Formats: sequence, C-alpha cells, structure tokens
Amino acid sequence: MKKSTLLKNGAMLPLDDLDILDYSVFTTELLQAKRENARISAYFARPAEEDRLEIFALMSRDWQEDFLLLRTSVGRHFKSLTPDCPQLHLFEREIAEQYGVKIEGHPWFKPVRFHQPWRAGEDAWGRDPAQHPVPGDMEFYRVDGEEVHEVAVGPVHAGIIEPGHFRFQCHGEEVMSLEISLGFQHRGLEPLFVGGPHPATLHQVEVLAGDTTIGHSSNYALILEALSASPAPPRGKAIRALALELERLANHVGDVGALSGDVGYLPTASFCGRIRGDYLNLTAEICGSRFGRGLVLPGGVGFDLDDSLRNQLLKRLAVMERETRGAIELFYESPSVLARLDGIGLVSADIAEAFGMVGVAARASGLPRDSRMHHPIGAYPREYDQLVIEERGDVYDRANIRRREIYNSISLVRHLLRNLPTGEALMPQRPLAPDSLAVAITEGWRGEVVHVGLTDSAGRFNRYKVVDPSFRNWNGLAIALRGEQISDFPLCNKSFNLSYCGFDL
Amino acid sequence: MLKIIPERLRQGHRTGKFPKEEPVLPERFRGAPLIDPNRCQSGCTECLSACPYGAVELKGGKPQLDLGRCLFCADCPVCPHGAIHFSSDYRLASRTREGLLASAEGHQLASALDGQMKRLFGRSLKLRQVCAGGCNACEADLNVLGTLVYDLGRFGIQFVASPRHADGILITGPVTKNMRSALLETYAAIPAPKLVIASGACAIGGGPLCDSPEVNNGIGDLLPVDLYIPGCPPHPYTALDGLLRLLGQL
Ligand code: SF4
Ligand code: SF4
Repeated sequence: MKKSTLLKNGAMLPLDDLDILDYSVFTTELLQAKRENARISAYFARPAEEDRLEIFALMSRDWQEDFLLLRTSVGRHFKSLTPDCPQLHLFEREIAEQYGVKIEGHPWFKPVRFHQPWRAGEDAWGRDPAQHPVPGDMEFYRVDGEEVHEVAVGPVHAGIIEPGHFRFQCHGEEVMSLEISLGFQHRGLEPLFVGGPHPATLHQVEVLAGDTTIGHSSNYALILEALSASPAPPRGKAIRALALELERLANHVGDVGALSGDVGYLPTASFCGRIRGDYLNLTAEICGSRFGRGLVLPGGVGFDLDDSLRNQLLKRLAVMERETRGAIELFYESPSVLARLDGIGLVSADIAEAFGMVGVAARASGLPRDSRMHHPIGAYPREYDQLVIEERGDVYDRANIRRREIYNSISLVRHLLRNLPTGEALMPQRPLAPDSLAVAITEGWRGEVVHVGLTDSAGRFNRYKVVDPSFRNWNGLAIALRGEQISDFPLCNKSFNLSYCGFDL
Repeated sequence: MLKIIPERLRQGHRTGKFPKEEPVLPERFRGAPLIDPNRCQSGCTECLSACPYGAVELKGGKPQLDLGRCLFCADCPVCPHGAIHFSSDYRLASRTREGLLASAEGHQLASALDGQMKRLFGRSLKLRQVCAGGCNACEADLNVLGTLVYDLGRFGIQFVASPRHADGILITGPVTKNMRSALLETYAAIPAPKLVIASGACAIGGGPLCDSPEVNNGIGDLLPVDLYIPGCPPHPYTALDGLLRLLGQL
C-alpha cells in the first residue's frame, strides 16, 4: 500500500494517489523523515467532509532533490507535533487560527495573524467567532523582577516600514527575551485564491510580498504550468531566472546599504541606496516595472528581450558591477564597521535547524539550504554550485552571505543574458487538471518561497498555500536578540530583513 | 578610510536634475493612458469587463480610465481596438478622486495648496508615513525618495518618525482591519492643520486587494485625502511630481 509520495519541484499528482493516513501513522512517518534530515517546507490544512480537516505535510529532502508528501485527516482536536518537531510550531498555530481547531499540547499556543476563523463554529482561543479579533491581543511572555523592564515597539515604527509589534523584556540594556507579534498586514490573501485562478489572482500573487514579486509569481506560474501540463519554453525560463537574480541583487545591495546606514557608515549606505535603484531599473527596462510586475506569466514571460536591449543591459551591468564592488568592498574593508557586526545577533546552526530556517539567515548559520541547488527548476542547472554558507550566524555572516551572493548573481545575470535560448518566451496554457496537487519552490532573495495548489473536481483551486521565507525566519530574529543590547536590534533586524506582509499574507 | 575618497570620486555626483530636466524612464514604463474614443467600435463594451478592477467605464459612450483603480498592469487587454494605450508620462497625481478619471482630454493634474496652507507647508513639509497593509513595494519606492538621486530634502520635504512632528500623513496599503485603529490614532496625533496623502492603488481604492474581507478598500471615507498618487507602486517620480505640485513648486 502506498502511504506517502515523493515528488519533484514543479510536479503535480492526482490527489487520489495520495493516501489519507491515520494521524498516528502520519506522525510516525513525519518524525521518521525528520530524523532522516527531511524538513518541513509547507504544512497546511483544508476542510473535508463533515467537521474534518485534511492536513498536508510537504517535507523537503534536500540531498535527494525531492519532496515527501504526507496527508492525514483530523477532527476538532488533535495532538500537537510541535514538541517533537519545533519547525511545526507556527504552522500548527496557523491551522488552529484558520479552522478553529484545538491543538493539544502545543507549547506556545497563540494566534498568528488575528483574523476570524475561516469556517463557522469555534475559535481556537474561545474568542467570539463573530467578532474580528484585536491584533496583538494575546498574552505576551513576561519576565518579572525589580530591575526588569519591558519595551514595546510598534505597530507604527519610526521609518517607512511595514507594521509589526515587538516586546522586549530587558534587564538594563540587555534583552532577555523578545516576542514578535505580527498580523497587522493581514490582507486575507489565501482565501481570495479559492475558486481561482481569477483574473486578479496573478496580481495578488505578485503582491504577496512586493519585494519578492518575481519569487512569488514564478511559483504561481510553475503551479499553473504543472497543473495544466503546459510548461514554459526555455527562453521564458531563462528570462525568469534573470529577473529572479536581479530581484536578489536589488534587495541584497539595498540590505548592505541599510546595514551600513545603521552602523553609521555613510559612504556605502548612500552608494548602495542608489545602486539598488539601478538594479530595479534594469528590471524596469525588461518589463516597465521596477518590481517586475507583469513579467512572469503562466507559460513563460510577458516581455521578451531583443538583441539591442540585451546589449544595453550587459553594458549597464558592467558599469554597475564596478560600482557595486567599489561600494561594498569599502564596507567590508573598514575595521570599525566589521567590529560593529562581529559576534552580534548569533543564531546557532542547531537553533536554525530546529526552527526550520531558510535562505540567507539559514546559510549564515551554516545550513546548506538553497533551492536553486537542491531543487533546481527552470533555467538553473542541475549542478548549480554557487551555494554560499558561513558558520557563525552573526550579523557579520548574514551580511557577508549577501556580499558573496551579490557577486555570484552578477555573473549569473551576465551568463543568462549572453546565453539566452532562442524560440518563444511564452506558451499558451491549457485548463487545470481536476482533483490534483502541485508544488513549486523558488529560491527568492530571502530564502525558499513555497506554493502548493490544490484543485477541485472542476479544476479550480480549492486551497492555495503560500509559505514565504519570512514565516520560517522571524523566530530566528527573536532568538538572535537574546542576551544582546537592545540597541543592537536595528542591526539584527536589518541583517534578517524579513517581510511582514509575506508573513501576514 | 583613505579608500573612501577615490571611491567617492569614482561614484560621482548623482543627484538627478529633476524638475529642471525631465527624467529618463524605461521605454516599457506604463504611465498615463492615451485614450482615443474615435477608435471605439459602436456598441462595443469589451473594456468594461476586461479589467479585473473595473478601472474602465464608458462615459457617454466614451472610455474613461480610473487611474486610482488601475494597476498599470502589463499589456492591458482592455481595448482590442487600440482606443486605450499607456504612455510613459509619469505625471499622474491629482488632488481629487474625480481628478484621477482619465479621458481623451487626460486627467486633472494635482493643483497647489491654497493660501494659508501653502504658506504653512509650501517650503517645509514633514510627513509621517503609515503602511496600512502595503506590500512593501510602495514603501520601498518612497524610501527611495530619500536617496541621493531624488534627494527629497532639497525640496523641504522630509519623512519624520513622530506624528507629533508631522504636518501630514502619507498612507500606503489597502488599510487592513488590523491596521485601521493604529492608522487613525497616528492621524489623530498629528497637530492640525494636517494633510493626508494616499499613495498607491491600494491606499486609493484597495488595489489588487480590493474587496478582500480583511481590508477597507483603501482610505475611502476614513480620512479626508488631499493628494492621490496612483500606481502599483507609484514610480518615485510620480510621487515626487505629485508632492511638488501640491506644494506649488512645479
Ligand atoms: S492596466 Fe490593468 S488595471 Fe489598468 S485598466 Fe488595464 S487591465 Fe485594468
Ligand atoms: S499599491 Fe501595489 S505596490 Fe503599493 S502596496 Fe498596494 S499592491 Fe503593493
């Protein structure tokens, strides 16, 4: 009897091929896979008959280059897996909030985004299900004692930045604990996808996290292409990869600039502030939008590059590479700057592993995790070998990962521009297969972006699950602050640079 | 330390010449629409249903495009007969919601504040920004205004941390239910008289999040808006142009 299924990035399968395991079997299999180094990439529920929920676990087996998919069914109460698998702690809280189920034995059972349950009936915390909850209304972790004080920041912060709420428990300057409460950005996106794809779905996907437009829209395109068995042509794939690397460049360069600003080192801050815009402008040359809106379409890309545009981009890239290196090396060659970053905001490999961290933050803590290498798709070669890792997991390492990735991405962009495959950039799409599931993972600039699409008998989405890398990494920031000075918060925060709306959805 | 000097020389002086010189925008940039009702086929209503956001209407049989609803999404399919095109004109901001309705004659560009308000804010405007559900693209392109290319400070405009120090509020995002009260409290903390600026399709009417039960479809009636800056996100020059027009500097 088939219990679970293995599948590749960008693959689909009929839901009938996936058995509904008994919860205890599901649990055993999941924990067994975890012991064999598989990690949770997505974990979500959808309503089933009567009062039941179906839970799907998508586990990444990085070195086998595939995913293990498990499915189970639960009622209104079930036992938490978080104590045995801390990676699940937010995923379980999310399910409880969305469907009003109680997850027994969860060690940190609190709301995630502060919205009403998606189906009639109970609220998991006994709040009135007819009333919209108040954001941040929960019991925060507290430390008591004579010299202990609490600092509360947000949702409105000092700069032009998205809203979130941070509670520090401090002893003098030292932070003993930081708890982060998000949800202010919750726009209710996942339910909007149900019944789709709608004409607005693509635009909504593009703004799941606006600075990751290409990352998210590439995944959405992959899901539709998988479900309709109509893949994008090589040229379309190459232009997508190009755009994804430009997105990485703009954001990484911007982050180095922002870190530089936070340590008060202004040359790099102002150079990078501008150069970031230059990378956005390259994307705008391709598709008219600095953020890549309208570029990635199911079936390929909406904009092609002719030779003159390609040459123009190559020329501009050559100038920008010199300027980027100049601005960045200045930063990394200043001992006073490095001293400020060194050893600050440590996240150990064990912690990163336990929380299932991904992307830049995971690689800085020594975890080799990069879906371009482990789950290559599109124009990424199977032997992609540009994965960069650092060991210590401090602000310096998170910054240095960016520096190294910036240089890698520049050469990748140049390579893609020089070797653009010929042919069409966009292929027509067929209708979606009914009662099926497809998975797509893209290595966005922050880390792995995961989408899972499930269709109903009419080939419309009846569940569309999105996991932004921020969902896995916000806890890393909270941990990084432990034992640090509260004045190091901005620096730690910038070194992660996580998305609020990507988390809140 | 010494390396800063040659690097500084190499990176050069980059402040843009705007508004003395027109900015160079990418060829594929989509700005103000050009509408030619002569191309409309009689009885055709295709544009009405083609836009997912209802940005197009027929006014007396002639197409009208609402810049406040439009995302300037690529390759707009709304008119198969070519009656609607997008030019690369970045000047989109308007003082009123009606001013955003573009017809064959264009739309109503933002006018300057009058009398007392212009005396108060014309040469020094401090703004508090509140992101109320924005996707971070709007916010990122506002942050850009502080970089040396745009150098917002030279026009006397500055983003400040405290609403108590602000002359107005600049709002992005569709106003999520979870940000509504924080937004209103921030606005209340700003001393009167004060300005309200809605930046981005989300803040104007909900943008791509329009009609999600978790959002308010933009500022709507929550606050009185003095300036609308369209786009998803607005190009930094669109925002700058709107702000300068508001202050009578253009
Ligand atoms: S560009 Fe997009 S949002 Fe604007 S009218 Fe056309 S379809 Fe509608
Ligand atoms: S208007 Fe567009 S870019 Fe701006 S916040 Fe809304 S979705 Fe994002």
